[in-house]
Amino acid sequence: VMLPLKDKDKPVVQKLLSAGCCARCVLRFCCVRVQAAYRRPQQEILKDLQDFLHGPEKNQCDVSTDNKSCDPVVSEAAADPPSKRAKLETDLSDDGQAEAAAAAAAAIITETHCVCVVCLGVLQEFSDTDQAVKTEKYEFDSLVLSVSLPAQLCVREHSCWLHVKKEVREKSPLLDKEDIVPLKEAYKWLVQSTISTELGGVFSPLEVAVEFSHNPTDSDCECHLYQQTILHKNKCKCWAFMSVCRHYSCPPTQPSSSCVLQGIQCLHQSVFIAGRYNKFCRSLPQTPWLIDGERRMESSVEELIAAPVLSAFRANGFNFSSSGREDVDVRTLGNGRPFAMELLNPHRARLNVQDMKQLQESINVSSDKIRVRDLQIVSREAMGRMKEGEEEKTKTYTALIWTRKPIKKEDIAFISDIKELTLDQKTPLRVLHRRALAVRQRVVHSMNTRFLDAHHFHLELKTQAGTYVKEFVHGDFGRTKPNLCDLLKMDTDILELDVESVDVDWPPSIQE
Amino acid sequence: MEDSKQTGTEDNVPSVIDRYFTRWYRADLKGKPCEDHCVLQHSNRICVVTLAETHPILQNGRTIKSINYQISDGCSRLKNKVSGKSKRGGQFLTDFAPLCRITCTDETEYTIYSCIRGRLLEVNERILETPSLLLEKPSTEGYIAVILPKFEESKSITENLLSREEFENIVSKRRVAESQSS
Repeated sequence: VMLPLKDKDKPVVQKLLSAGCCARCVLRFCCVRVQAAYRRPQQEILKDLQDFLHGPEKNQCDVSTDNKSCDPVVSEAAADPPSKRAKLETDLSDDGQAEAAAAAAAAIITETHCVCVVCLGVLQEFSDTDQAVKTEKYEFDSLVLSVSLPAQLCVREHSCWLHVKKEVREKSPLLDKEDIVPLKEAYKWLVQSTISTELGGVFSPLEVAVEFSHNPTDSDCECHLYQQTILHKNKCKCWAFMSVCRHYSCPPTQPSSSCVLQGIQCLHQSVFIAGRYNKFCRSLPQTPWLIDGERRMESSVEELIAAPVLSAFRANGFNFSSSGREDVDVRTLGNGRPFAMELLNPHRARLNVQDMKQLQESINVSSDKIRVRDLQIVSREAMGRMKEGEEEKTKTYTALIWTRKPIKKEDIAFISDIKELTLDQKTPLRVLHRRALAVRQRVVHSMNTRFLDAHHFHLELKTQAGTYVKEFVHGDFGRTKPNLCDLLKMDTDILELDVESVDVDWPPSIQE
Repeated sequence: MEDSKQTGTEDNVPSVIDRYFTRWYRADLKGKPCEDHCVLQHSNRICVVTLAETHPILQNGRTIKSINYQISDGCSRLKNKVSGKSKRGGQFLTDFAPLCRITCTDETEYTIYSCIRGRLLEVNERILETPSLLLEKPSTEGYIAVILPKFEESKSITENLLSREEFENIVSKRRVAESQSS
């Protein structure tokens, strides 16, 4: 690899190296935008820089670089970035040789031990970053890297720029600060390629946030130069070198320690799944039921579904939503109720049709209280379709009715003739604590009765979604009008309720 | 609930109130004999204020002449409006805030009180048109008002009230005293 440097860069390179700048920061200040140049081991870059300055065969740069490439370690490391994995493997399999080579390299270029006066080591010791991603075993397709650096680094950068500018003012065209490759940019070139090639892929983005700090120089933020740098970010030409020297050393002083990696946060974009669930149990709430912080039932529909899902996607958490919800004592039969889940920070994001089928199966064998079908990965946007049709859709129910007075089969037969019965439902008392008080009109499209005995019958109802069936039966203190008590002219109560169907055509059904 | 299928007589089936509400009472409200009130508290803390079955209005075949939610010149419970999930704008009631005055055809007048602190959500307007609801179904369709206690007070508001057992003891003592005096 030949560094894309020109003769005019020589004084700059010279000045930066002697000021204690690391090899990669030298590249930045020379406005090198070839990413591959940064990814080479810094000893090599440094060696090339020194050859560039002092090399005997000034006109045969290519040849000299080629010659160096004959060294096995150098040639391997100098290869294109995708071979980083190959390099690591070589290191592992061939430990001794690699170590010896590294020691040799260190002996030649002692400068590498020094912490860079500009980046405070950010571009020198970055290998921990990809390690963090690897230990969490993320599967991802692309990477969005964000880097947080100590704010005071801009002081060092500016001081160093002034230092160079003073030197080269006469000899070369003005070095524009905006042309310097930003430290963050260079860091991302270094790290991003390493992580991506380690884990590969194209589609689902993983967000990696890296944070550095450097406490010993935090007080730089209080210096005059820092204020100026912040204020005149892009108009630094206006203040003179001399004034800077009064407030901050130029070039920056040699630091005794590197930046500390505060933490690496990895966050994979949410994955959304959808399906339909049946609930076969009359003592199972849909979501965990807490009263005064205490759990009322040992499990819930969402937890029974979530446990296998979270482990399949290796997600950190979830948000569950569904097309309506049934009460704890209500069963949901038939094709089930549409639901969707947002899976937070999934470490595994891409399950194929077969994987999803297996996941569904593992949910279904894990409990006989629920059953899931049509389980699939969906888009965030598609989830909206579950909610949008909620009010217009119909639902069918079967209710077990108790009557206070004895009934005969023919006493209830007339109910089947009632069609499109409009109810005025005040917000039921049982949900009034969390819903606004209102009178809502809901339609019972049709009803059918199945006589059981003198005090019981089954009532089948087809209703507009959002109809409170329990309140329609017992009347809720007369707050639902008309109600079944009115129709039958006697007290009635609801003993059991089953949802027979939730007529929402999303998510699409999957052939078993 | 499953075994209620076999039983089916009215006594064995827990009613809606039995299933979801706790009954609380105030006896002889404001020192007036037998003016007992009942507060049905739902497990979600919402309270329904009703007449206790022992209330004088419900005795001796009385009939109701009028029910008045205008409790003073400036305040009518009918003007109560709540909006949103947080029930903004509802009148705030203390233990002895009057809810309405009921006049019977024998010209006896009774004031019904809130019994608990909380926000008034609604009053039962249907008893204005159909006062017989109050007489026939005092604990359901003939309710007086719905009150939402403050979340943090949902437990403490019932501390000053009588449990069903305590109330029944008072009622039976009353009966004993009555039979002795007569």
